[in-house]
Amino acid sequence: MSIDESTAAKVAKLARIKVEEDALPALAQEFNAVLGFIEQLNEVDVDGVEPMVSVTPMRLKRREDVVTDGDQQEKILSNAPDAREGFFAVPKVVE
Amino acid sequence: MTELTKLTLAEARDKLRAGDVTSVELTETFLKAIDEADALNAFVHKTPEIALERAKAADVRIAQGDAPDMCGLPIGIKDLFCTKGVASQAASGILEGFTPEYESTVSQKLEDSGAVMLGKLNMDEFAMGSSNETSVYGNAINPWRRGNDDAALTPGGSSGGSAAAVAADLCLAATGTDTGGSIRQPAAFTGITGIKPTYGRCSRWGVVAFASSLDQAGPMTKDVRDAAIMLEAMCGHDEKDSTSVDLPVPNFEAMLTGDIRGKKIGIPKEYRMDGMPAEIEKLWSDGTEMLKAAGAEIVDISLPHTKYALPAYYVIAPAEASSNLARYDGVRFGHRATLAAGDGITEMYEKTRAEGFGHEVQRRVMVGTYVLSAGFYDAYYNRARRVRTLIKQDFESVFAQGIDAILTPATPSAAFGLGEMTDADPIQMYLNDVFTVTVNLAGLPGVSVPTGLDSQGLPLGLQLIGRPWEEGDLLNTAYALEQAAGFVAKPGKWW
Repeated sequence: MSIDESTAAKVAKLARIKVEEDALPALAQEFNAVLGFIEQLNEVDVDGVEPMVSVTPMRLKRREDVVTDGDQQEKILSNAPDAREGFFAVPKVVE
Repeated sequence: MTELTKLTLAEARDKLRAGDVTSVELTETFLKAIDEADALNAFVHKTPEIALERAKAADVRIAQGDAPDMCGLPIGIKDLFCTKGVASQAASGILEGFTPEYESTVSQKLEDSGAVMLGKLNMDEFAMGSSNETSVYGNAINPWRRGNDDAALTPGGSSGGSAAAVAADLCLAATGTDTGGSIRQPAAFTGITGIKPTYGRCSRWGVVAFASSLDQAGPMTKDVRDAAIMLEAMCGHDEKDSTSVDLPVPNFEAMLTGDIRGKKIGIPKEYRMDGMPAEIEKLWSDGTEMLKAAGAEIVDISLPHTKYALPAYYVIAPAEASSNLARYDGVRFGHRATLAAGDGITEMYEKTRAEGFGHEVQRRVMVGTYVLSAGFYDAYYNRARRVRTLIKQDFESVFAQGIDAILTPATPSAAFGLGEMTDADPIQMYLNDVFTVTVNLAGLPGVSVPTGLDSQGLPLGLQLIGRPWEEGDLLNTAYALEQAAGFVAKPGKWW
């Protein structure tokens, strides 16, 4: 499986990372190095083996379904690059 | 006074309790040592005011006689832990200026036990790296050098700042985190001890997530006793992390008897890699002899899927990272790119992430995106998770044969020079974790103990792998190995 520049561009788009046109060949090459390494997994017989979901064989601990937190708008917004009138502000999404 | 910095946690604890020294004196000594060691670039956010305030409070507690073990002991915190009111950037540009409004559970537990935070420690960006070279703060430098050569060496990664700081006596101990070897490899590169506990021992709440099914916090210390003391203060169930286990936390220090007679130590043949340096081979066989001489039974074992651990890791970890790092979008915290006229929200995401993430992080996020994308999910991600099941079964079957712990090298080499791997393909760097990554995939505890020096005078470490939840027994075996090895070398001070 070899990754070409258009696949690299598509992956960058999916990952929401801007990659300049001229950086795509090197990126595709790096992907191919990593994926070539990963290809070894095809040598393993995994028939009938369950994919691991949890490394510790135990039921996750449950807690009461009650409100434990909240009412801290100011703290939540304190690190926002752009907060206005109690909201996170972003560029216009809907025309 | 400089001798104070050379104390272990246990020695400093005993001196504090005996009234030989105060926490304020100890803390001031370390703050001075840190200021003199900027050349190591280990501490990246210093917190002297917080340190002195906590030291004063600790002295009051100690005087009242109810102080826990860690009370008054100055430590460093890896930048991956969110610390209230103190910059917590995971060494990334995308978290520039981020100041959490909350404290991670692990650092809170340490604070509650009276430990004194001296500052935040350098690391690889988002803990992705094995040399601390992906940090937005620049490289952390290993206090060790090759003989009289003054070339700067890596302290390892990702917990490189933690390792450099402990080895250079800039703090008594430090927190680290380990997703594929990030505590054990830097510990080995700097001649200190580091333990990654069983997955679920330490709460991950408030620790910036890399790969959630693999990440674990642990202590990086000057010796095994200190690792036992600090680990006990860090672990325990936390309602805020449902994967943290609700099991009693033993007194690990009390389990350090050094008696390992009758213990079965497994030596896995698959860890004898092609091209393994003779020095590592010798270190390993010397360690085996030491455990045998201490009364352990040595058993040759097989972990047949070892070879596939790194490739499985480089599917699973990037996949989880691509999901975890989706939150860095320039909306709620951290960096947001300056936008051009007409840019919409997609351009904002794309420019922000291109500017904020470094190269290695971008690569891993994109590899993760690829292996999770439609059409490849089964071929890559699900296959890797199946292989992970087999890797865990390898360990389960040797433990079922009665093996108590497994001895392996910690790293395939001693610390390498900063920049030496720049031109190598990424896989060369990934191979640093070849002996440690299996342990994360299987969720097991693993400890790295310094046991020797190479021909250039650099420290080398061995790794012991234990049964799940049996950190106490594992640390006791590590303690026996430490006593037999008698590693006391320290780096000469050049900084």
